[in-house]
Amino acid sequence: MELTGAQILMRAFKEEGVDTIFGYPGGAVLDFYDELSRTDFKHILVRHEQGAVHAADGYARASGKVGVCLVTSGPGATNTVTGIASANMDSIPLVIVTGQVPSPLIGNDAFQEVDIVGITRPCTKHNYLVKNVKDLARIVKEAFYIARSGRPGPVLIDIPKDVTKSKAVYSVPDTIVLKSYNPTYEPNLKQLQKVVKLIRKSRKPIIFAGGGVILSKASDSLIEFSRRTKIPVTASLMGLGAFPGTDPLWLGMPGMHGTFRANMSIGEADLMIAAGVRFDDRVTGKVEEFAKHAEIVHIDIDPTSIHKNIPVSVPVVGDCRKTFAHLNRLLDKVDLGDLDQIREPWLEKIRKWKETTPLKYTQGELIKPQFVVEKLYELTKGEAIITTEVGQNQMWAAQYYHFDKPNHFITSGGLGCMGFGLPAAIGAQVACPSKTVIDIAGDGSIQMNSQEFATAVQFNLPVKIAILNNGFLGMVRQWQELFYKKNYSWTNMSFAPDFVKLAEAYGALGLRAVRSDEVEPVIREALATPRPVIMDFRVEQEENVYPMVPAGAAITNMILV
Amino acid sequence: MSEDKHILSILVDNQPGVLSRIAGLFSGRGYNIESLCVAETIDPAVSRITMVTMGHAQIIEQIKKQLFKLINVIKVHDLTTEKSIQRELILIKVYAKSEHRAEILRIVDIFRAKIVDVGPDHYTIEVTGTEDKLDAIITLLKPMGIKNIARSGRIALLRDSKQ
Ligand SMILES: Cc1ncc(C[n+]2csc(CCOP(=O)(O)OP(=O)(O)O)c2C)c(N)n1
Ligand SMILES: [Mg+2]
Repeated sequence: MELTGAQILMRAFKEEGVDTIFGYPGGAVLDFYDELSRTDFKHILVRHEQGAVHAADGYARASGKVGVCLVTSGPGATNTVTGIASANMDSIPLVIVTGQVPSPLIGNDAFQEVDIVGITRPCTKHNYLVKNVKDLARIVKEAFYIARSGRPGPVLIDIPKDVTKSKAVYSVPDTIVLKSYNPTYEPNLKQLQKVVKLIRKSRKPIIFAGGGVILSKASDSLIEFSRRTKIPVTASLMGLGAFPGTDPLWLGMPGMHGTFRANMSIGEADLMIAAGVRFDDRVTGKVEEFAKHAEIVHIDIDPTSIHKNIPVSVPVVGDCRKTFAHLNRLLDKVDLGDLDQIREPWLEKIRKWKETTPLKYTQGELIKPQFVVEKLYELTKGEAIITTEVGQNQMWAAQYYHFDKPNHFITSGGLGCMGFGLPAAIGAQVACPSKTVIDIAGDGSIQMNSQEFATAVQFNLPVKIAILNNGFLGMVRQWQELFYKKNYSWTNMSFAPDFVKLAEAYGALGLRAVRSDEVEPVIREALATPRPVIMDFRVEQEENVYPMVPAGAAITNMILV
Repeated sequence: MSEDKHILSILVDNQPGVLSRIAGLFSGRGYNIESLCVAETIDPAVSRITMVTMGHAQIIEQIKKQLFKLINVIKVHDLTTEKSIQRELILIKVYAKSEHRAEILRIVDIFRAKIVDVGPDHYTIEVTGTEDKLDAIITLLKPMGIKNIARSGRIALLRDSKQ
């Protein structure tokens, strides 16, 4: 039987296990929406297409599944670009379907025509323009396969309106074989033997875990590996939660706003086992100084990540989970000696760093933003899914919410995209209806996608927004304070809506805390409310994020409090 | 660190947009393209791109890996490190004043070139060869006055029977 392009897309979604679509209708996707109304997909009608992509991103990270978006041509398509770029940098599996003007009009500057395939070529893992309805089912299957396999990423499918209307028999190959794409999952065992040898020799080893550990669901095998070798672990912003933030072997996050002990350990380590990381400049600081005494092992499924920013001694191309599982098996056969004794001097040194120079702040009558995050951690028992906006709020969330489990910290790491947190929280809440989901937000960022609050209310998604309201574009102000002689050029945002009234205008609950003793009652009330809530925390305005490594300096060269 | 010239032979899916993915990769990441040649292979579903690029060893390594990462790229060979045959074709339009004609014909003969078109005041010469050879003929013809040159860019094949 022949199906229309619209029917084919719906059937292909079903076969890929899609349950939720984040979307926004328009002329070029009328046929899809018409068909959608006869399916049982959950459709979340966002208020801006950027929100759709961030929501799909949050959904993908919280659920481990592929996030799906459906938007119209032209402005609908261009509105997705920021979201796609963010997902691309963070390797998040998404499939974005954009409508396109009818094929005969392509190239004629038709109404709402943009070359979205051209625009998104550098910020997708791959993209397609579907020219013939006969190819549609196969392309959708390929797109999901590419999005979720290897190093995951967003894949865009642009579908002209005539293709949605024309008919074809639904036909797909059983399995996708692309002669030009075949990711390497299995690590080379010879390389792993070298790793074991290095571990035996090392006296100051550390593990550096990244988003790849979470994406490949390698957390358990990483934890086993770390405990058996007694190697302490640091994790990038994207890797937070891959290793328990309450474990004695936990070092905290490294880099520009990393902990003292994480950065000092990197500076002194003689072995770094890096997994699923890409050595972002926010982590490495001055590359020549980064881990300069260490032999570096780099495990990554994407060969381009290896040797890109940092020269390594042992490259391992492979899936993090498979690699740690192999390493654990190899450990069965080797004698690492009396590890308690061997590691003690190193772990003792790290404990000293932690004791002398912990993360700290002093709480007075005014609310410290760090205090809010600590209270959120305490009152949610560390079990909430936290999304963030970008800026100081993001760094404080990373520093003071001690993530114990993967898939619980959702942040725009690579792109650092303000406006990410609320739609991402919506997506995470859709994926995990019974979880507490909190967007730790800044007063500036929240205004970039606050329209999505309507989405949360409409779909009964009880997300909580905790605005660390400092009246500033705080992170930029911090740089101006430290590096531009306090010239606060256009970072004062003292004009903002009344966030409590804003919540009320959307039919939700708004709460405010001005004094530090009001923080806990506000959080308690928010957590007890089964509806969306905005919490407006009026925090100390010129609080800075510390420690801080100035851009381009060695990461051991930290500005402390 | 020295920048070296590398000749990459890239097999890609013969589909619209693939060249733009490759060109975009180079411009987006700030890599150089010196020359580029694209044509179908014996398998019409596959095209070969022969590209000359420059960079330090580490950059060339990244270029090769980044190229291979593109979904439509099937294979990347660095012909600089493997035994290969390389050729380029040029067309040279040279002024042919009567007092120079004999000299031009002699040069054409020595380089096993061909005169493929004759105009009232010029010859068009076709030559193929390695870069050295082509540079040499250009140097010799320069004194007669070169009107125009078109170069094909380099094409190459592995010597090995593998490919
Ligand atoms: C879309 C976007 N525009 C601009 C920036 C640059 N930027 C980074 S942090 C920041 C300030 C954010 O202010 P706010 O949301 O209030 O967070 P705070 O740092 O005060 O916690 C800005 C403007 C960005 N990251 N993203
Ligand atoms: Mg702010």
